[in-house]
Amino acid sequence: MSGLLIFPILLPMAGGAAAILVKSNPRASLLLALTGAGLHALASGLLLYHVHLNGILATQIGNWPAPFGITLVADHLSAVLVMITAIVNLAVTSYSKADIDAALIDRGHYPLLQMLVCGICGAFLTGDIFNLYVWFEVMLMASFGLLVLGQSKSQLYGGVKYVVINLLATLLFLTAIGLLYGLTGTLNLADLHMKVPLIANRGLLEAVAILFLAAFGIKAALFPLFFWLPAAYHTPPVAVSAIFSGLLTKVGIYALIRVFTLVFTFDMSYFYSLLLVMAALTMITGVLGAAAQNEFRRILSFHIISQVGYMAMGLALQTRLALAGTIFYLVHHIIVKANLFLVSGVVQRLQGSFELAQLGGLYRSNGKIAVLFFIPAFSLAGFPPLSGFWAKMILIRASLDIHQYGLAFVAAVVGLLTVYSMTKIWAEVFWKPAPPANHFTDAMMRRKTSTWMLAPITALALLTIIIGFGAEFVFKFAEQAAEELSHPQYYVHAVLGKR
Amino acid sequence: MQTLCAVLVGVMVAASVYLILDRNLIRFIFGLILVGNAINLLIFTVGRLDSQRPPLITVHATAAQETLANALPQALILTAIVIGFALLSFIFVLFYRAYQELGTVDTELMRVAEADPNDQLPVSTPQPGESA
Repeated sequence: MSGLLIFPILLPMAGGAAAILVKSNPRASLLLALTGAGLHALASGLLLYHVHLNGILATQIGNWPAPFGITLVADHLSAVLVMITAIVNLAVTSYSKADIDAALIDRGHYPLLQMLVCGICGAFLTGDIFNLYVWFEVMLMASFGLLVLGQSKSQLYGGVKYVVINLLATLLFLTAIGLLYGLTGTLNLADLHMKVPLIANRGLLEAVAILFLAAFGIKAALFPLFFWLPAAYHTPPVAVSAIFSGLLTKVGIYALIRVFTLVFTFDMSYFYSLLLVMAALTMITGVLGAAAQNEFRRILSFHIISQVGYMAMGLALQTRLALAGTIFYLVHHIIVKANLFLVSGVVQRLQGSFELAQLGGLYRSNGKIAVLFFIPAFSLAGFPPLSGFWAKMILIRASLDIHQYGLAFVAAVVGLLTVYSMTKIWAEVFWKPAPPANHFTDAMMRRKTSTWMLAPITALALLTIIIGFGAEFVFKFAEQAAEELSHPQYYVHAVLGKR
Repeated sequence: MQTLCAVLVGVMVAASVYLILDRNLIRFIFGLILVGNAINLLIFTVGRLDSQRPPLITVHATAAQETLANALPQALILTAIVIGFALLSFIFVLFYRAYQELGTVDTELMRVAEADPNDQLPVSTPQPGESA
């Protein structure tokens, strides 16, 4: 059983190590990465299946009994996120074949990609808060490398900002872990759930909670802490920005959900009011920021921020339905957002630019791409029956249920403004006649697309449609995950045994 | 001892915040080193400094006879030091490369240097040694 939990971490780690050996050979690199991604998807699928059938799965690494050793745990939330990570990894690995040139492969694109996936899955599966910090670092180091691999000016400048702010977030996280350990004497998340309510010094505990909020808020790009994201995400190759956009901020959201449903479970109403305000402002600033941009990937980057706001909103509402909405949103968003970045890469391939002003006429010249953009874009904006509609509807419904009318209003308006941004891209890139060729869009810059690019985009678009039409199944799953989150005793029982 | 350490952590964090807020990236690195060490010291201190005895139990005993030094914070700090070292070496190289490409370590001037119309393609691969 324990193998199920270890393989989603071990496979990309081994794949990453092996990929270093063959990095000078693009063909072998790709073969190895594809095999690794395929096996990883298989292992994640098995884990998800097992968790769905048998409930929360936990294992103690090295057989050290629970609060002393390192625990790996998979509940519904972890398992589904690992599965989606594997799907995005597979898509991005395939896309890299066409997007990443031999020079970047030689510098280590595939090893870094695999290590990034390893760090992300480790963060999703660990049951130990210090171990979570370690996986965050694995993930960060790999993402630093991927971001600046091309070493262009814009990448280095974006990289400096990204590295600086993320390091500070990690240090805040480490401080919070240190203080929490000083208060409770344990690092195991399940054990923390038992020990934290016994702490008499409530004030100090709340200060630690706020430190966690700040640290994860930076990772997740919540309202006053998001400025690093649009500064960096448009600079790396498309394959890299796709996996970043899909997964990195969501690890922050996952950590927020985990820590605030499992560890800080005592009544902190002012804290959740703060999170509500942050979530609303995140949605609004993100979508307004996007409205002001005229570059394909910058628009999409700002939309990551506004979408993260929706997920934080679900956590802040604290009801089971709202948590289910957040989980639905996570599943929907990761697939859709990664796909949109991949589409932006195809458009850049065909027309040589990310600037909306220099693009146009794709609806006429390449209708297939138009359809492939339309599906994720209008899913993101929340058109029925695509996946985004259900995700938004559950969250708005959850906020109406507990009379948070203001928040429901904000969520609905931000959805409308998302439509504005998506129609802007649609009108500029697809409907507008193609602009006369200039030195940016001359024939040299235009390259052909390949099946390696279109296949993952089509697959992810299909997945969006499947989630949209199979919404009831996904929602039931999300409800089950939310049920586990709102009753931490299941988690504690799986890790510590009977108490 | 604990009070002394707590005050020391405070002073180190204050100094590092001052350095980190500087526009000069070299000062930022100094601030980062300082705050990393301050946090390690903090973890060490919150693990309680009651005893200097090494955490060893005599043969055949199942529990310690007297209070022992807490070994866990040291393991945590060791991990944090190793990770911090790796991050630091990466950040030195990154800042040096940024300095080579952009010609400055001042973050305000970097923004001006980055807005170069000749640098359009995100995947451009400049030759090593080719710098401003």
